[in-house]
Amino acid sequence: MGRAAAVVAVGPTDHASRRLDVSIPEMVREAVDRCLASKDLSFGQIDAIVIGNMELFEGINLPELWMATAIGAAGKPMYKLNNGGTVGASVAVAADHLVSSGLYDTVLGIGYEKQSEGETQSAITTVGDPAWERAVMAGAIGNFAVMASTYVAASGVTPEQAAQVAVKSRRNACRNPHAHLCRPDITVEQVLASRVLAEPVRLLDMCPSSDGACAIVVAAEGRAEQVTPRPAWFAATATAHDTQFMGDSPQRLARMRSLIAASDRVYAKAGIRDPRQDLDVAEIYEPATYAELAMYENLRLCDWGEGGALIDEGVTEIDGEIPVNPSGGVLATNPVGATALIRVAEAALQVMHEAGDHQIADADIALATGYGGNAWTEALILRGGRP
Amino acid sequence: MTAENPLRLEYVANFEYAYAAGRYASRFMTALRDEAKLHGTRCDECDVVLVPPRPVCGLCGGATSDWLEVGPTGTITGYTVVEIPFIDPMTGRERPVPYGFAFIRLDGADTNIYHFLEENRHDHLEIGMSVEAVFKPPDERTGTMADIVNFRTLQEK
Repeated sequence: MGRAAAVVAVGPTDHASRRLDVSIPEMVREAVDRCLASKDLSFGQIDAIVIGNMELFEGINLPELWMATAIGAAGKPMYKLNNGGTVGASVAVAADHLVSSGLYDTVLGIGYEKQSEGETQSAITTVGDPAWERAVMAGAIGNFAVMASTYVAASGVTPEQAAQVAVKSRRNACRNPHAHLCRPDITVEQVLASRVLAEPVRLLDMCPSSDGACAIVVAAEGRAEQVTPRPAWFAATATAHDTQFMGDSPQRLARMRSLIAASDRVYAKAGIRDPRQDLDVAEIYEPATYAELAMYENLRLCDWGEGGALIDEGVTEIDGEIPVNPSGGVLATNPVGATALIRVAEAALQVMHEAGDHQIADADIALATGYGGNAWTEALILRGGRP
Repeated sequence: MTAENPLRLEYVANFEYAYAAGRYASRFMTALRDEAKLHGTRCDECDVVLVPPRPVCGLCGGATSDWLEVGPTGTITGYTVVEIPFIDPMTGRERPVPYGFAFIRLDGADTNIYHFLEENRHDHLEIGMSVEAVFKPPDERTGTMADIVNFRTLQEK
């Protein structure tokens, strides 16, 4: 166990389907500028940088090279991560490790994506092994829909329950000035009437494609309290992977082995016995409504098969017992390489008591997750107050 | 500073790749191409039969040594009907919708593979249905998973 580290500053960009107004480095700079300005920090105070995105989406090799000037990296150690949708959470975990190990006192973490500039759906097919899976892929949505069918069979969740997740997300997003999709008047009926992409998944069940970036600053104990009065301390982090082939587990969503493994580890490290009771808020990486319901079960916010009941009872609403994604979550904002870092940043804002209109009162303990690639999971517990 | 008329720069690339299939896929694909037969490997430790075949068990980490024939019949363990257009990575063209897509557990195997279904009406499908591989004619098979056209259902819902 190293020294304590905390998120001390957060910077989101504005999000849209197309940020035609900025180049990728300019967009990333927007996040970094907001992050540093929020706590009167400067580039001179940053010791090292961790950056990540999905390189094939924009088709840029060595993107950190073009980014070096925009993010003040020249002459500094910069590390790049590139591990799918999980990458933003991995950026945060790596920043924590670099600081808690004692290597650096202050680390800047960045995630970004400009989905409008490239070939998201085609690029994602390269996740499949060319021998076994690439010839028979149906895109992220088709493959996800098959997994969703196994979850529906295992849990009995209904399209109406999934639609309630879509409604919760887009309404919460209206309290978050940086969210992409705010829909204050969205209804369950509208979700159920939206176009079928691949049964049981409808258009409004899915996350959007967004352009955007996110930056955080992670600082060591001693330094962190100088930057902000209430840092978001890393209480526990865990990484877990699943097997290569999606079909090795027919219940890839109903029983998410990597999410179960990672969350059990952080719960144990942080002394969380009953997550629903002990957590104040969760910011989870839910790429689709059905995934959020399955994640309730896999994260032990409820018993197996009770994910649908949890949304029916309003337990995960912003004023519920355990609010999930008060920011609107991935269903409202999805610049893939930044998406998981936004989960960590939002969890940090909650325990720093800086989440504005979507603040959960007195939040002290928050869960954040990253999920992507071939079921790679990161789980993090952030805690306000003392390290 | 805000640009009044931001420009976009187009770039079209056509990169070509060729991958070594490897020892396991080469053996599997050769039998698929030449004999229309499917195989898995059995884990020496936990006894499960793994498809795709591989040297190490994905479930327990044990080594595998036995190859055995599986399928061509099997069971649907998850399914959908895809209605969103998608560029087929093998052809570069949009695959016509709707089409059935499923997890199939081949008879004799303990893991599942993704593949297409002949049936494309969602209400005609359910988990647990029996299916059978439809192979391309011998002279059209080239040694890829696409040598299986799709799986057809052997029973009605």
